[in-house]
Order: sequence, then structure tokens, then C-alpha cells
Amino acid sequence: MGEPTKTFVITRFDPDKDEVPKTQEYEIPVEADWKVLDAINFIKDEVDPSISHRWSCRMAVCGSCGMMVDGEPKLTCKTALSDYGDRVTVEPLANFPIVRDLVTELEGFMEKFQRVKPWVIRAKEDAGAADSKPPMNDKGTFVQSPAELAEFKQFSMCINCMLCYAACPVVANEAEFLGPAAIALGHRYNLDSRDQGQDERNEIFRDEGTVFSCSFANECSEVCPKNVDPAAAVNQAKFGAVIDWATSLVLPRASAGRRGEQGGK
Amino acid sequence: MVEVSRHDIIIVGGGAAGLRAAIAAAEADPSASIALVSKVYPMRSHTVSAEGGAAGVAREDDNLEMHGQDTVKGSDFLGDQDVIQYFVEQAPKELALLENWGCPWSRNEDGSVATRAFGGMTVKRTWYAADKVGFHMLHTLFQHSMRFENIVRYDEYFVSKLLVEDGSCRGVAALDIRTGEMSAILGRAVILATGGAGKCFPFTTNGMIKTGDGMALAYRAGVPLKDMEFVQYHPTGLPGTGILITEATRGEGGHLKNSQGERFLVEYDYGVGQKAELGPRDMISRAIIREIEAGRGVSGSYGEHAHLDLTHLGEEKIMARLPMVRELCKIYVGVDPVSEPIPVRPVVHYMMGGVDTDIDAATTLPGLYAAGEVACVSLNGANRLGSNSLTECLVFGTKAGEKALEYARGAPAGSDDALRAQAEEESARIDALRGRKKGGEKIAAIRHEMNAAMEEGCGVFRHQDTMGAAVNTLVQLKGRVSDLRLEDDSKVFNTEVIAALELHNMLDVAESVAVSAHHRKESRGAHTCRDFEHRDDQNYLYHTLCYHDPSGPRLDKKEVTLGTWEPVERKY
Repeated sequence: MGEPTKTFVITRFDPDKDEVPKTQEYEIPVEADWKVLDAINFIKDEVDPSISHRWSCRMAVCGSCGMMVDGEPKLTCKTALSDYGDRVTVEPLANFPIVRDLVTELEGFMEKFQRVKPWVIRAKEDAGAADSKPPMNDKGTFVQSPAELAEFKQFSMCINCMLCYAACPVVANEAEFLGPAAIALGHRYNLDSRDQGQDERNEIFRDEGTVFSCSFANECSEVCPKNVDPAAAVNQAKFGAVIDWATSLVLPRASAGRRGEQGGK
Repeated sequence: MVEVSRHDIIIVGGGAAGLRAAIAAAEADPSASIALVSKVYPMRSHTVSAEGGAAGVAREDDNLEMHGQDTVKGSDFLGDQDVIQYFVEQAPKELALLENWGCPWSRNEDGSVATRAFGGMTVKRTWYAADKVGFHMLHTLFQHSMRFENIVRYDEYFVSKLLVEDGSCRGVAALDIRTGEMSAILGRAVILATGGAGKCFPFTTNGMIKTGDGMALAYRAGVPLKDMEFVQYHPTGLPGTGILITEATRGEGGHLKNSQGERFLVEYDYGVGQKAELGPRDMISRAIIREIEAGRGVSGSYGEHAHLDLTHLGEEKIMARLPMVRELCKIYVGVDPVSEPIPVRPVVHYMMGGVDTDIDAATTLPGLYAAGEVACVSLNGANRLGSNSLTECLVFGTKAGEKALEYARGAPAGSDDALRAQAEEESARIDALRGRKKGGEKIAAIRHEMNAAMEEGCGVFRHQDTMGAAVNTLVQLKGRVSDLRLEDDSKVFNTEVIAALELHNMLDVAESVAVSAHHRKESRGAHTCRDFEHRDDQNYLYHTLCYHDPSGPRLDKKEVTLGTWEPVERKY
């Protein structure tokens, strides 16, 4: 009996040589415990070194190796090959421009990511104040309860793998849509008890092409390999953006206060 | 045509050390332009894979003296004691800053940051964010760095050469992976923060990108590599893949067992005494190998291994403290640690050695700094304690950023034309390599042979003969690598030519490891010789320096800074 083999149908594209992407087939021996990435690496090492793909940690945390496997966005280092048939199609992530072969363009996402101000924003009057909110202890760390941590923790688990953009029907039609991961990351800071930048981010969230463009198809949460549930973040962010806006009409000069706090400051 | 850009400081590497350096410099001088050059987008950097935690004194029952003492003992007295003192002083401040910047540290009920036990540490002083500490630290640093307009990123640029003029480092030649075009990125100071070189070995926790690039860059520019023989084997990697199972599993109470179900660290004398599973990594890795040699290993499809048993911790604790460990075990070995022991074996994890720096993160080349795993500031000596390295990235990343900025203020810019000419030469070299069909050697084949030589010669236990054989093999491979055959002649995102450059880097680094190891005829920390079983302070209480030379690596010595803690026998 020969070794088990599978055929991989892989997208090839070199912008200097090709008008449009084409496919190339590779039949290779496979091991029972391989992930899809192991097969691609085998082809790269042993069969065709001209294939380009991104990967690094091979433990599902660096977020490099997202690809379409049989038409679905997958983190290839955690996707068992045994779940697939004798022919496996591997393509670059959908909804992104192709740079080369299985490599997609990330610059659009990086700009969206930066736009949501994914860092702790502190009000100027609170900087270094003895009675800062939340209080700071003598070790120089903010007091944050396990419950306050749990508020945002899930949304801080995003590895920026872009699978949610590849699955999102809104991104498919509207490439400029801020998108699930960026919204979830902005929302993550809005929910952090140490952050005071909700006003700034909610203003961004009220812009066109952001949270209100979401059609709540939930595809992003379905494909997320880290169970971040970006769809929930987008929905909560919609609510936050509306409440914040409504509050600002009633209390024009007040900072709107944290969601969940009574009335604001 | 090589494009030239100018900044004040250039940082190579976008992991914890590089980002921390960038932030330190950007904060200290908002008018300074800081280039952050990385072969991957910063959030892909290998810091992301660190799991267990970052050490810094936080509790009332702890103090700086104790952290220092633990670290120097862990280092088997090869750590520089002034560096260790500076490190333990800065550690709590740096970790608190990360907190202020949003790092989701796990918390105590009173809202303070929680700490956990770690190997070789006498008190709970390891800050953690469940078991994804590296991931959270990296993302916190990267996201925080985005607020600084004076940090200019060059994502997916591969630095292939340091540009040196009048004896000073004044820039880098960097290949834009996207376009295949060479850039000369010029500045008054350069910081290396490219991490380790685990991929010199076949079985490693390290990601694909850990190819010792910064070490090779500095080495070829004449800077010595220091203490390269000290390679840390983490006791618990998953067989097959080498995926890291964090030491926090033992910090949280997990047990190591042999095929008889015995806690062998308790049953037999491996020098760790009452610390048992909380002993230092070098000792526990040796204990696992000895158990296997004694016929008490567990058989598996990837050879003999040990068991890491967490079943008594219960699902609730595992889910709260070690959720990623559970996820990794399920995905990569089909084991649920809630109900079954995890198969584990020692795995190459970390390079104690690296680019020789002083306490200011400065190398011997004016204008060149290094921090994090790429550097050897001599914090870790012969064996690093778990959770000191993430903190090291912060403490010495900051130091490098500040000192490089200080240096840059007084340094001349150098000549655009002369530096561009160097980058053009480098561009021609890479053009000749790309799609080089006249060669006869395959990248993957040479890599496999290098990996095998390193595992055989520079494993947990070493022997003069096998180390000598590794040195010989590496010399041959370095000859063969000049005849590589490359298939891909495209310019856009040509990962084959990058792999060729990385292979060159790994061979240089691997050779320095093997040569340094072969020379040290004693057992100290992670360097354990079958034929020289004891530590020999009389003859070997010094740092090994390894210099690049066309005729082969040249070794020298550097004094260890002592003064606070007297070297004594290392027992737990």
C-alpha cells in the first residue's frame, strides 16, 4: 500500500507575470496529524519553493497564516487536514487584494486598526492626579477588579488574523467598511475601566462605513479562531455610539460617562 | 535603484524589545524620527508566543534582593551582577507601565495585579494575563506605539546588512519584501531587537521567523556574540510540533510524571530538592532526559517523553489560568489536560547568548545597540529563569531606546552617497541570489542537515566528540550554502530568497553556538557535558566571546561582573 496522498489546488499569482490569478495542483504524501499549513510547507520545501505564503508561530496565536481552505477562511496552522477530502483548495483570504500567491494586502486593515485609536486614552485633567479614576495603587497600577477585566477581556483576544474580514458580507461589497476586528478592538478600549476615550471612539463609530454598516450576518463570529465574537462587539458598539450621541444632546458639554455608570460625570 | 530614507534611530525588530525601545525614544523626544523595521508586521513577532508571565517584585513578602538572588543563582553565577541589580529595580516599574497602557493583567480581588509561582523563583512574582502573556504584552505595546506619530514603520522589510561608515553604525540595508527592492534606511543609531535563533534546531518552541538575523548582522559587522553555548531547553514542549506548554502549568501546581506515574523530581535526586516541579529549566530538562534514559519514559509516536499531569487542578482552574494550554493540547496532540496527562519533552526555547552588550545595551560598534533575546547583556548567564525574559525586553528595550537617542544627538549623520553605495552592493548580492538556477544545493536540505547537527551536538547533554562533529558539519554546510539553487526569480514577495538569507544567518549563529560549546570544558547551567560533569569556576567563570573571522570563529573571554553574591554550589 502506498502512502496516503492529497492533491492541493493552490492559487498562484505574480503581479509581474500574471494578469489574473491561476491555480496550480500538487499531489503530495500527507501525514495523519498534519494541519493544512504543514502540507503547504511541505510543498514549499520539497516540491515548489516558488510558492509564497505567510506563517510563523504554527500555534494559532501570531495570526499570519489565514487562508481560504475549500472556500472558507481558516487559520491553516490549526486546521486539521484530516477534515478534508482528497482535493483541497487553498486560496488567499477573500475580500483582500492579492499581493502574490497566498499573500494578501494588509495595509487597508492596518489603517482601519489605527483609526479606532486602539490605546488607552486618559483625560488630560486626570493625568497623574492623586484622585485619578480609576484609582492607582502604590505600585503604580490602576485598580481594576476581575469583573472589570472580564468586561473587555474577550475583545482583547483578537490576533488580527483577518478571517472575519474574509467572511464578512459587508466587506465583500464595501471594502472601506471598518470591519469586525477593528471595531472589536476599538470597543475593547471603550469597555476598559482604565480608558477615558469613549467620546473620541464613539464619534468614529458614528461615521459612515463603520458600526452602522454592519448587517449583523454574524459570519465574523462564526469564523473567529479565538472566539472573540466580533459581532457582539459591533452590536454593543452601535448601542454605545447611539447612547453617547443621545446623551450629548441632553448634556452638551458633559463627557458622556462610562456605559453602565449612572448618568456620567 | 536603492531608495534612501533618513531617521534619527532605526530599530530592527518589532517584538516586545523593539516596540519598547521605539516607545521610549519616541516619548523622550517627540521631534526624533524613529524607524521601526521588521520582517513581519509587529503583531506577528514571536513575543506573541510567550505564555507564562513576566517577573517583577510586586508582593509584600518579596523584595529586590530576593529577585536578584534567584536570578543570579538561576544563571549558575554567570549573570553580571550589576546588570541583574539594575534589572530587578526596573522590572516592577516597567510592568506597571504596561498596565497603565492597557495590558490585561490578571487581577486579585482587590484590583491589584495578580502574580504566580515560576521555576527558580522563591516567591510569586510573575505577572500574568492568563497564559497568553506574550500575546497581550505584544499587542499592548504595538497598539500603544500607534499613538506616536514619530514612529515610522517599515513592515515586512528584511534587514540584510548593517551599514557602517567611519567605524560607526549609520543605517541598514533593508529589502522591501513586497517589492523586492532594496532600501537604505539611514540614521545616527541602530538598535537590534530581532529575537532569538531557535530555528537553528529541529525541535523548538520558536516560530519560523526566529532565524538569528540580528545576531548574524552584528557578528558579521565585527561585534562579538557572547555566551552562545548556553541554549535553553524548556522542559515541556509537545512532541512532534515542539509547541510550548508553559511553565505556569507547574507554577499552578502541575506535576511531572514518568511511565510509572511517579513524580520523579520528588522520588529521585535531581538537585531541585523541595522545589520539585518549580526547579529551574536546565535541571528539569536534564531530569526528563535521565528518566527516559533510565527506562522510565513514556512511549509515543514521536519517541519517548514524560507526562505533565494537570488533572488534579480541575477544569475551573485550568480554564481560568491555563485556557490556551488546554486549547493547544486539544488541537495539537488530541489530549484534554482536564482529564489526561500531557505528553511533553525538552525543547529548544531560548538563547541565553547573543550580541555582546554592556549594561547600557550598547555593543562594541559605536551607534549599534541591542536588546531582548538577540542581545546578551548578561542578565541570564548560563540559564535564564522563566518569566525574566519578557521583562528583560521591557527593561533593556527602554534602555536601548534612551541610550541610542542620547548617542544619536551627538553623532554625525554620515554620507548619503557612501551609505547608499553600500546598500547598492547589497542589492546586487541579493539580485544574484534571487532565482539563482546555476546552484546545486537545496535550502531545505541544508537546513535539515544543520538542524540535525545542532540537535546531535548541542542538545541537553553534550560531549566533546559530538560537539566537535557538529562544528565540522557546520563548516561543510557553510561551504555548500554558497552554491544554493533558487527557483523563484520573482521580485514580489519572494519568500525563497528571504529563506536563503535566513539560512545564511542561521549557519553563522549555529556555528558560533557549536564552537563556543565545544570550547567550554565544564558543566554550567544549560551547558552540560557528559565528559566534564562539574562547574569549574577556576577555569571557566567567564563569558565566552565569539568573533566572526573569514577563517572561522575566533574565541575570547570577558570577565563576569561579580561583587554582590558570591558564587557557591547551585542547589535547590
